[in-house]
Amino acid sequence: MTISPPLDAAAPSPESHEAAHANYSLTGFIIFLCSESVIFLAFFSGYAVLKLSALQWLPPGVEGLEWRTPLLYTVVLVSSSGTVALAEHFLSKGQIWGFRAFWLLSMAMGAVFLYGQAIEWRSLDFGITSGSFGSCFYLLTGFHGLHVLSGILLMALMLQRSFRPANYAAGEQGVIATSLFWHFVDVIWVLLFLLLYAWS
Amino acid sequence: MTSTAGVESRILRAPHPVPGAPDNWKRFFSFNTDAKVIGIQYIATALFFLLVGGLLAMIMRGELITPEADLVDRTVYNGLYTMHGTIMLFLFIFPVLNGLNNLLIPCMIGAPDMAFPKLNAAAFWLVPVFGVILMASFLVPGGPASSGWWSYPPVSLQNPLGHLINGEALWILAVALSGISSIMGAVNFVTTILRMRAPGMTLTRMPIFCWTAFSAQTIQLIGLPALTGGAVMLLFDLVVGTSFYRPEGGGDPVLYQHFFWFYSHPAVYVIILPVFGVFSELFPVYARKPLFGYPFVAGASLVIVGLSLIVWVHHMFPSGVPQWMRDAFMVTTMLIAVPTGIKVFAWLATLWGGKLRLNTAMLFALGGLFNFVFAGVTGIMLATVPVDIHVNNTYFVVGHFHYVIYGAATMGVYAAIYHWFPKFTGHMYYEGLGKLHFLLTFIGTSLNFFPMHPLGLMGMPRRVSSYDPEFAFWNVIASLGAFLLGVSIIPFLLNLVSSWVRGAKAPANPWNAIGLEWLLPSPPPAENFEEHVPTVISGPYGYGTGRPLVEHQDEIERALLQA
Ligand code: HEM
Ligand SMILES: [Cu+2]
Repeated sequence: MTISPPLDAAAPSPESHEAAHANYSLTGFIIFLCSESVIFLAFFSGYAVLKLSALQWLPPGVEGLEWRTPLLYTVVLVSSSGTVALAEHFLSKGQIWGFRAFWLLSMAMGAVFLYGQAIEWRSLDFGITSGSFGSCFYLLTGFHGLHVLSGILLMALMLQRSFRPANYAAGEQGVIATSLFWHFVDVIWVLLFLLLYAWS
Repeated sequence: MTSTAGVESRILRAPHPVPGAPDNWKRFFSFNTDAKVIGIQYIATALFFLLVGGLLAMIMRGELITPEADLVDRTVYNGLYTMHGTIMLFLFIFPVLNGLNNLLIPCMIGAPDMAFPKLNAAAFWLVPVFGVILMASFLVPGGPASSGWWSYPPVSLQNPLGHLINGEALWILAVALSGISSIMGAVNFVTTILRMRAPGMTLTRMPIFCWTAFSAQTIQLIGLPALTGGAVMLLFDLVVGTSFYRPEGGGDPVLYQHFFWFYSHPAVYVIILPVFGVFSELFPVYARKPLFGYPFVAGASLVIVGLSLIVWVHHMFPSGVPQWMRDAFMVTTMLIAVPTGIKVFAWLATLWGGKLRLNTAMLFALGGLFNFVFAGVTGIMLATVPVDIHVNNTYFVVGHFHYVIYGAATMGVYAAIYHWFPKFTGHMYYEGLGKLHFLLTFIGTSLNFFPMHPLGLMGMPRRVSSYDPEFAFWNVIASLGAFLLGVSIIPFLLNLVSSWVRGAKAPANPWNAIGLEWLLPSPPPAENFEEHVPTVISGPYGYGTGRPLVEHQDEIERALLQA
């Protein structure tokens, strides 16, 4: 055995440790997203089974869903994926204000989408207890809406973090993770839109 | 400069200070982020709930020792088996396995801790939380959930007293929290295994236990969200009055069965895969031979993951599913026997001609393997549609799965606890008490669960508190076996407590085993090797080959002896 160095030199400093752990958060987050997508898959397949086997799918008096306004809000949500990507682009070039601007814009677009959804919910003349159709509609849109809300909150957190000095110097895993989440939420919405509004 | 051994002598001599946490028993009652503390927290919590679930089982077997329903009320009996199953699965077997994962994975791959220590601690602390919620359901009006651990609608949707807070709602809440906790754990385990292995430890040099844990946790990640989704819909049906499963509103009760079994069949592999891992670790150690067919044993775990996701309908053969579905799922279910059989042959070949050392851990592993093979045969019988149509919902099924979950999985867990007890407590267990525990467990298991097979074939339905007197003979034997199993816990707990308190000091490697965890002192210091992780230079299980596992192995071993 050779002589070991003094204790303090060998002891890991807490910072280096944090950094070592931080590397894995993106891996962990991606694994989590894959897992989360299965919940949606379960809801989607439940919806499909119920719809395909239903004797009477729409509740009495309901003709179908109006799709034009929701399509408009869909466009808003989907384009926010683009603005998020732009924000990331600015971040990678070190232009922190460009990042903040587009990041905030994406948050706003998400909020507009939620607003549109709230309006739609209030205008519908069926409720969550109106048969399987009502149950599925509100569960799916509500669960997705919760994800949009979580996305906005995550983005707010990242925005706030960007004001901490030197925080974004070496690239920020949180931003990558949040934007991945946002793209995920968008893709899910497109599928949902097809299932709920286009498939009738 | 680090020492030539690549491992600081400081680490090899270290006691086990946990940074920033009390260095005594109190650390087990704190929000500690050390995987080794969390592992023991999981195992202790699980053993507590094993006692609770066991007590409920004793009451049931007490009821069943006579044909009449004379000990408890019939509705109470419904609550008993529902809670027994739920507790044993969600509060005993899953937590105890996660405890093993926490103890073993970081040490075996040379990681200082789990990838996300705080998430790890949070996942653990959810267990007592939903444990309390589930226990609280004994106290609410109407009693606990009573629709079986399947919780099939429409029975589970009845809520006769009309209270918002009822046993069924608490049951769903507890299961959902359990799911969240397991997902948090699974993200952590998978990330740790993928990203934190020691230098030189390629996937093909990873111990089988880590392969099986990885496979099991992958199943959790894919399957649990489906169950959670299904459970959310059940909760809405129960509480809000939606119509996902309510036929009155156009819902489909069989849809729930699909969600439930899409997860709950794979869940049985979440249970048995880590136990396969335990077998694969223990047999080479105690037979002094390399594991036979390592790549096949490792690969078979992944095949099992894939297959386990496409067999669930074998639980629904009598549920009015179309005939093509029955045929297809019968075939996929039988295919599972292939990778499973590969593993069994690999273990037998490992044992063959070995110098067997029959200590308590090895006895439990051998007993577990024996019971597993028996249960595999009854499993294949059940997978055959014509047989299953005859015996589904009878005691034959109950016998099958208790052979697996008690006979194989729980005995495998006992094997693991004995085998790694010296490593993580620093004390040797008492061999005599251990062997007594094994003897009582093995005899108790056989007496308790074997009679269920003839009973099922004779037609005794499950989930009943009274039965035709023609079934009495086998039921008496089963009840006696159950009480014996209850007794068997006494030497076990006695052994754990007394050897931890005053057992002989354990050396670093009491079984002459090969593996990174045995190159750490007993108990390992917090953060294991820290950053002085030895470089792995060969595959696991090099028994009798003389190949060192890591660089500078001699020096590390010498230092451990001196320490
Ligand atoms: C060769 C492997 C296996 C096969 C072919 C197999 C097959 C089956 C089949 C067809 C059933 C449905 C019986 C019915 O409900 O009518 C069943 C039930 C069950 N099996 Fe297995 N099984 C195997 C291994 C396992 C393992 C390893 C476990 C657990 C660790 C397990 C746990 C269970 C449980 C818990 C049930 C019953 C659930 C319930 O109805 O409450 N099985 N098995
Ligand atoms: Cu199954």
